[in-house]
Amino acid sequence: MKNLITLIFISLFAISAAYSEGYNVGDKATEFKLKNIDGKLVSLSDYPNAKGFIVVFTCNHCPYAKAYQDRIIALDKKYKPKGYPVIAINSNDVAANPEDSYENMIVRAKEKGFTFPYLHDETGDVCRKFGASRTPQVFLLEKKGTDLIVRYTGAIDDNSQDAAKVTTAYLAKATDAVLAGNTPDPSFTKAIGCGIKLKDAK
Amino acid sequence: MKKNKIQVIDFKQLEPYLHKTNDTTYLVNFWATWCAPCIKELPAIQQVEEKYKNEKFKVLLVSLDFERDLTGRLEPFLKSKNITSKVFLLNDPNQNKWIDKVDPKWSGDIPFTLIYNKQFRESFSHPFTFDELNLIINQKLNNP
Repeated sequence: MKNLITLIFISLFAISAAYSEGYNVGDKATEFKLKNIDGKLVSLSDYPNAKGFIVVFTCNHCPYAKAYQDRIIALDKKYKPKGYPVIAINSNDVAANPEDSYENMIVRAKEKGFTFPYLHDETGDVCRKFGASRTPQVFLLEKKGTDLIVRYTGAIDDNSQDAAKVTTAYLAKATDAVLAGNTPDPSFTKAIGCGIKLKDAK
Repeated sequence: MKKNKIQVIDFKQLEPYLHKTNDTTYLVNFWATWCAPCIKELPAIQQVEEKYKNEKFKVLLVSLDFERDLTGRLEPFLKSKNITSKVFLLNDPNQNKWIDKVDPKWSGDIPFTLIYNKQFRESFSHPFTFDELNLIINQKLNNP
């Protein structure tokens, strides 16, 4: 019996630990400041007129992340005028993959014609805070007064291979819901992606 | 050299391979040729497979490469690494529908490995070293 109780406690602890990593839907996100590909620092407070943000963890090397970059550009073009600009972040440790260096971010952004900031999370601290584990992974944030509330997290849509075969565009659907004052459904999805490899925490 | 014939399947076809109830211990590894940490751990999996080839132990590699990369990328890769394990290419784009069915703890990043037999089931979301994997498999085969 005692063993069983211990086991239950360990399980509860493991569950709470798994769920406390990073932001869940409904959580408040904290502000960050990161270097953009033009060398300037960007923070979310630089957008006083935004209603919220589409934060995308992406990178240069991952085929799944790359397969979505045209779609991310389209999302930015559609939702920036509605108050939801895209903010893209690369958190991968350059030591793990040289392709994910800051210099290569500049190259990738030019190549694709990114219409949004592409920020370098060199220490990985922003990624740790968000709890992003793979690229691509998105977080939809809504501004409420001075707070940024996580409204949706997960995949962009349900077909990474072929944009033409998407049946549910999760992120667009969630953004439309929030714009209409509704709660996104689903507000959480999963997808295959490249694991984000962070520089070891100091 | 034997050519490794890869079957392209959807999740419904894969699912039975995640729930066998015979005496064998299974290692199901989700990976892709574009995933650097996956490629790095493959030799450890191959070594363990070789070491326990006469035991009730089976390896299944589930590639998440895009289907269009099957002949141009996946097959040449397997050939160059001399990988003879059973390989499926899981072509089921609606991942949100099946990731939780593999394991609710899985967030979707790879590599991801499921090790199970009829009494035991555990998943691992980090790349294995030979020693770590050998320890687990050895224990499962000897203390079923």
